[in-house]
Amino acid sequence: MSHYEAPIREPLIFGDKSYHDISVDVAAPVEGKANKLWWIAFSIALTAFLLGIGAICYTIGVGIGVWGLNNRINWAWDITNFVWWVGIGHAGTLISAVLLLFRQKWRMGINRSAEAMTIFAVFQAGLFPIIHMGRVWNAFYVLPLPNALGSLWVNFNSPLLWDVFAISTYLSVSLVFWYTGLLPDFAMLRDRAVKPFQKKIYGLLSFGWSGRLKDWQRFEEVSLVLAGLATPLVLSVHTIVSMDFATSIIPGWHSTIFPPYFVAGAIFSGFAMVQTLLIIMRKVSHLEAYITKIHIENMNKVIIVTGGIVSVAYMTEFFVGWYSGSSYEDYTYLSVGAATGPYWWAFWSLITCNFIFPLTLWFKKARTSLIWSFILSIIINIGMWFERFDIIVIDLSRGHLPSSWTMFSPTFVDVSIFIGTIGFFFVLFLLYARTFPVIAQAELKSILKSSGENYKNLRKENHE
Amino acid sequence: MSSTTIQAIFDDDDVLLSAVKELRTANYHIEEVFTPFPVHGLEKAVGIEGTRIAITSFIYGLIGLTFAIWLMDYTMITDWPQNIGGKPSFSFAENMPAFVPIMFELTVFFAAHLMVITFYMRSKLWPYKKAENPDPRTTDDHFMIEVSTANDVKSLEDLLKKSGAKEIKTKA
Repeated sequence: MSHYEAPIREPLIFGDKSYHDISVDVAAPVEGKANKLWWIAFSIALTAFLLGIGAICYTIGVGIGVWGLNNRINWAWDITNFVWWVGIGHAGTLISAVLLLFRQKWRMGINRSAEAMTIFAVFQAGLFPIIHMGRVWNAFYVLPLPNALGSLWVNFNSPLLWDVFAISTYLSVSLVFWYTGLLPDFAMLRDRAVKPFQKKIYGLLSFGWSGRLKDWQRFEEVSLVLAGLATPLVLSVHTIVSMDFATSIIPGWHSTIFPPYFVAGAIFSGFAMVQTLLIIMRKVSHLEAYITKIHIENMNKVIIVTGGIVSVAYMTEFFVGWYSGSSYEDYTYLSVGAATGPYWWAFWSLITCNFIFPLTLWFKKARTSLIWSFILSIIINIGMWFERFDIIVIDLSRGHLPSSWTMFSPTFVDVSIFIGTIGFFFVLFLLYARTFPVIAQAELKSILKSSGENYKNLRKENHE
Repeated sequence: MSSTTIQAIFDDDDVLLSAVKELRTANYHIEEVFTPFPVHGLEKAVGIEGTRIAITSFIYGLIGLTFAIWLMDYTMITDWPQNIGGKPSFSFAENMPAFVPIMFELTVFFAAHLMVITFYMRSKLWPYKKAENPDPRTTDDHFMIEVSTANDVKSLEDLLKKSGAKEIKTKA
């Protein structure tokens, strides 16, 4: 039959599942009631979010002087957080677009949640440049709109403006890609729903999806073309973010390897965040049959590759800084000066979290251990935050003029806004996990016969 | 001449596929198929034409690229050329390298969004649109074929039963 798949490939759906079982399992978290743990997690996230809103309001009301920025270090936590969140927001589209083009079936168990995570992370990222403007009510100045000042246009030579276009394109395209994929799954929930309210809501959200043959044909074509468009798009976004730094003349920022290095780092941190969320979600929402050890191991393999690229980039930067013989390069974020200077702790956090710990994944035992994958994913997220902190703060703390050398210390407001975005992110994700079909069930049904454990066993019995 | 439409429900995609092939060999006209997920090879078996939506996307992308070139040429070179950071805006060709990122982004923006809007319009998908699948089970684990025939309803029903249909009814 056409469902044949090499027996050596491990099954992607465990248990004796039928098409109907997939519907039931995916609909269960939506139709059931939230447990105590969910409410506790939601309350904590909401509290953190409210703290962040307070800090943002305070910043807007008083001005960004309430942050720890100083004369020398004029970019710090806000841009660190911005780059960190954008980086995290790279995994979803990578999973749903790049893995679709490579026909990797294991993406189907995780792509929906990874993309949701992407969209929520990019929301957080987008907040920071807007708040950093200080006068947020003038944020529309970044758009090329005719105005009464000439017209005075935006500067299309500036990487900061490229960022505006790249991130808004990325966010909106990821959103429609995600939503189009959701239509058949919302339709499934709509047709199952017994409560009138749920029927109404999912009827509205499903856009009247009926599953006609022609609709499916267009659906698949649209998914393929969107994947083809999103693949270069996802690479372009972090490339452009890296150019915010690389096109400047600050020692440590002025580096030609930034674009590929930033993209690898983004995928590295994005996959780590997907691990953090999915290892918990598969347990809480009882999706162990669909998000299996194979998914976790495959993601760990991507983490090894991208972590390796990042490590090579660190070594290159370190070597070139030393080899250049320039005394300024001796104080950049990857240099002897940084390793032994006042920011030694930030330097060594980066090396430990991003280079040393991920090496454990070369062992199959570590790679397939859920607990270690979870712990490591958090370590990597911390490490990637430090990478951006190091690039921004260490490089700015030591410049061409030694008399202005200084240190940075964040204020209560800096910290609160960061915690607030983490809270906002989890508020969105927790709401998503209770109301959305968290697995692309329609797609998953199409691989059940080729990759389901029961069908694989059936073929084995009949052929051997 | 009045024609009758028969709705047949299947509970397996392989049975559905072979039933479609049998119907086609017997020269029946398949009006519509409702499935819970994309069944591979079904569109070939039913014999519908390929979709041209990818071509529209290419055209939308070209429109986006043209818009980006026009926008940056008008704002940066024609309307108010400025010398920013020692990089004067004399001609489009000289400034072009700095414009490449936004040309790319707008190409993707137009290609993706206008294609999706085209898809929603062509497939009639929008908020408050009522679903038209005749049986709610077709979004879960059942498959439905609608076949129309002008004369012998009985032999069509027999053929459907023989090819594995679970339920057969006449469309109201």
